[in-house]
Amino acid sequence: MTPLHAKLMRDLWRIKAQAAAIMVVIAIGVGLQIMMSGFVSSLTLTRDAYYERHQLADIFAPVVRAPNYVESRLADIPGIRTVETRLNSMASAKVDTREFSISMQVLSLPLHGRRHLNEVRLTQGRMPDAQRPDEILLLESFATAHGILPGAQLEVTLHGVRRWYSVVGTAQSPEFIYFAAPGEFIPDDARFGVIWMGRPALAAALDLEGAFNEALVSLLRGANKDAVLDQIDQVLDPFGAPGSYGLEDFASDRFLSEEISGLEVTSSTVPPVFMMVAAFLLYIVTSRMITAEREEIGLVRAFGYSKREVAAHYLELALFIAVTGAALGCLLGVLLGRAMVPVYTTYYKLPFLLFRLEFASFASGLLLSIAVATLGGVWALRGIFRLTPAQAMRPPTPPDFSHSISFKKGVFARLDQPTRMVLRRLMRQPWRMLGAVIGIASGMALSLAMLIIYDGFDVAIDRTFNVVDRSDATVSFVQNVPSRTIYDLSGMEGISQAEPVRFVPVVFRNGLRSYKGSITGLTPDPVLHRALDKDLRPIALPERGIVLSTPLADVLDVGVGDTLMLEIREGRQQTVVTQVAGIAESLLGAPAYMDLDALGRQIGEPNRFSAAYISMRDGSQSEVYADLKDMPAVAGISLRSEAEEAFQRVMDEGAGSARFIMGVMAFAITFGIVYNVARVAQDESARDLASLRVLGFRHSEAAFVLLGELAVVVLVALPLGLWMGTGLSHLIAQGFSTDLYQVPVVFAPKAYGSSISVVVCAAGVSGWLVQRKIRSTDITLALKTRE
Amino acid sequence: MTSAHDTDINHAFKVQDLTKTYGEGHSAVHALRGADLEIGDGEIVVLLGPSGSGKSTLLNILGGLDRASSGTVQFRDQILTDLDDRGLTNYRRRHVGFVFQFYNLMPSLTARENVELVTEISENPITAEHALELVGLTKRIDHFPAQLSGGEQQRVAIARAVAKQPDVLFCDEPTGALDSATGRAVLRVIQDVNEALGTTVLLITHAAATAAMADRVIHFADGQIQKVELNKNRVSAEEIHW
Repeated sequence: MTPLHAKLMRDLWRIKAQAAAIMVVIAIGVGLQIMMSGFVSSLTLTRDAYYERHQLADIFAPVVRAPNYVESRLADIPGIRTVETRLNSMASAKVDTREFSISMQVLSLPLHGRRHLNEVRLTQGRMPDAQRPDEILLLESFATAHGILPGAQLEVTLHGVRRWYSVVGTAQSPEFIYFAAPGEFIPDDARFGVIWMGRPALAAALDLEGAFNEALVSLLRGANKDAVLDQIDQVLDPFGAPGSYGLEDFASDRFLSEEISGLEVTSSTVPPVFMMVAAFLLYIVTSRMITAEREEIGLVRAFGYSKREVAAHYLELALFIAVTGAALGCLLGVLLGRAMVPVYTTYYKLPFLLFRLEFASFASGLLLSIAVATLGGVWALRGIFRLTPAQAMRPPTPPDFSHSISFKKGVFARLDQPTRMVLRRLMRQPWRMLGAVIGIASGMALSLAMLIIYDGFDVAIDRTFNVVDRSDATVSFVQNVPSRTIYDLSGMEGISQAEPVRFVPVVFRNGLRSYKGSITGLTPDPVLHRALDKDLRPIALPERGIVLSTPLADVLDVGVGDTLMLEIREGRQQTVVTQVAGIAESLLGAPAYMDLDALGRQIGEPNRFSAAYISMRDGSQSEVYADLKDMPAVAGISLRSEAEEAFQRVMDEGAGSARFIMGVMAFAITFGIVYNVARVAQDESARDLASLRVLGFRHSEAAFVLLGELAVVVLVALPLGLWMGTGLSHLIAQGFSTDLYQVPVVFAPKAYGSSISVVVCAAGVSGWLVQRKIRSTDITLALKTRE
Repeated sequence: MTSAHDTDINHAFKVQDLTKTYGEGHSAVHALRGADLEIGDGEIVVLLGPSGSGKSTLLNILGGLDRASSGTVQFRDQILTDLDDRGLTNYRRRHVGFVFQFYNLMPSLTARENVELVTEISENPITAEHALELVGLTKRIDHFPAQLSGGEQQRVAIARAVAKQPDVLFCDEPTGALDSATGRAVLRVIQDVNEALGTTVLLITHAAATAAMADRVIHFADGQIQKVELNKNRVSAEEIHW
């Protein structure tokens, strides 16, 4: 070991606590990068492989009923590689563990031996026998949630007919990676399931023999998707088609893709903040060391060491810290990644998910750390090489404060001397202080923004489930029902109120912008489910015109008074022009509202309803269930409280760990900065502090001079952090809000409080450590050492 | 060893069998090996001796900057060796002024503010302006240390040390970093303070000639007091040459 290396090792040992704090900041930055980019690639690769292996369709084309021969007309459309048709219906199933039936989607399986689209992945048991109409395959997550094994019997009501089916196997499908009960957004394995059965049996049950009600299409490479979608719509229009759509509009794929792109954005924005903070810390630590060793540097240069050798020595120190931090970060990233796999597989039903350590992200993390260390080190070394060895060996002159402010006038004249020392030191090193302020504020902003977003989710849940929707349950019908059915519901003993609703699939168009969605027809002055404006006041639905939710108005780029084209995909399938009469707030989905009667007239089907919102009298749930069971028109019932609970569960699990991680991150950054700035300031002012002690200042009074500086830095950083965090939360909310869900930014006192306490706490801990160090310093030694 | 002294003076310090050892076992360094000493109120005492002879150690213990390994130090009625850290801080705050070889001014404070740093925490200080006038620095009162020469900085340090009207002034090589003319001016100021305020002065120096201005000269060697000389014919600082 060369003498310089021995010195390096001893220097590292001496600054071990500071070095450790910097390593932690780097480790978190690199760890997050590795974890997130690892998931981006793991999720992308798994998804793509799953889609490819199981031939997930590129286009889904639902239709009311099209004869089988239409399939060949679809196949003739240029750009299409494969067309396959199937039957797709809703049903309900009864399981022992629940009082009321559960909504199920039923899909037909093609005949055996034929290569087909949307192939299922058998996880248990066997495929149903085409000759056995009672054999079904069940979605694995649903089967697991209810403990149903192959061999069990399941009571299913299909097209109004109740019968028992034998479960012969369980399966996963690339169609159902992320899925929720109809009208909901959060997965709840127990409340939504999928049944696959042989096509002949399903066709018989649905009265769709010789016909299909959904076409799946895969495209040739390079095909023009929009043109194909148009042509498919043209072919299927006469058979009652609500409009075909691509995989990108398919909910499961949308959610997964949004997750991946969200991770991509976060992985490219959050880790660099940590690395910038680390570069700043390495700079102040290295530059402090270089300043303190200025005479030694002059000496070794006088001995004949080159600038490069001296520079290499200090760079090695910075690099050692950075590379060790990066290695720890790699380990942290892999551990975090592995720990997150079960979280992902709970919500995303992938056949497998292996966390991959991306070599590229490891390499980029390492390179970034090296760059950070070099940047910090070289910046610190500049000053030394401007001096000749002879100049460097002479002690530096005392720092010049003569350009500092004079404090002679006004309130300044009343400041005591220790306060003046604090203020002048702050002003003498504005860039270092600014760096510290910005660093602390960034760490705080990161955590605060996420906390605000999570508070926003809480508000979204409350608004969606308690303000917009005040019903106890939604009763959905097998087919649209007349007013009489609603009267029947209202007349039930346990139901205090029933409000009909009509959902009509529609394509909204404004010029080149379009959106496939649906119109919700509500009764005048509804009580249970309302359209609300931005101040949460109910909007009276006009007799003419349509009320759009904010995200829908944004997608279509329209405002109140603008006209809009509606391609109604039901009934007479007409196209109408209407005016935007109002804008409603919505946090889930992108609904549009119309007056129920006006909507009925528009589609030529007055007084027909798709569902009803009901409120139940206290304790009458079982009674209502029993009554509804006897109504053949009822397809299912969805309890608002269950949907809210599912949402809340996800938030609690996700938010709980996110709050913890964000807290740790903000703490690490603040601690790293405050501790390092304090230690460096302590080194620099060791003589001053000892002099103060000699002059009769108490520990606390001497510590004030040092810690007062840091208190100012933290106090300035707090409001800046609050401001940056709030701003960042708006950016994140904008980035995350889609037509699927909107993230509101709310005033979140709790989030502000927590982030402030984390920063203050971290500052307090580092302040305490530093003042302990001051206490243990021998004051007579400090007076003798000379810089 | 007991020093010769006049019995009719009040004692500022009484030191008995004072030892100070740094480290333990084989690596132990005995900085003081049993010193006995009495110093009268208002005296100028010069401590002479080679490096490592124990004079700085004694000064640090008497000044409340360091603790003895054994023995007692009495300042007037107070046993310093019994005091804890807080007690020593209060002792320094109330009674002691320090002047060091390297001035130890706060670079971020002007000359006046450096003095005010002390007057703010003292019970009976003179004004900073007055203290700086005593050392002849009225014109440089708002200058920062970086704008002052070495001699001027040392005079600010003396003004800072005397502004609280201390009972004892400890000076560790106050002229060590100065040329002889400036050094004499600094010694003159110390002498003035002693005469004007009656402050007891303990002064460490390598310059044996300085002993001429002392009432009492203590010679150190090898951690022990070799000899104490009483000087009946103090000379003024201007007459000292080295």
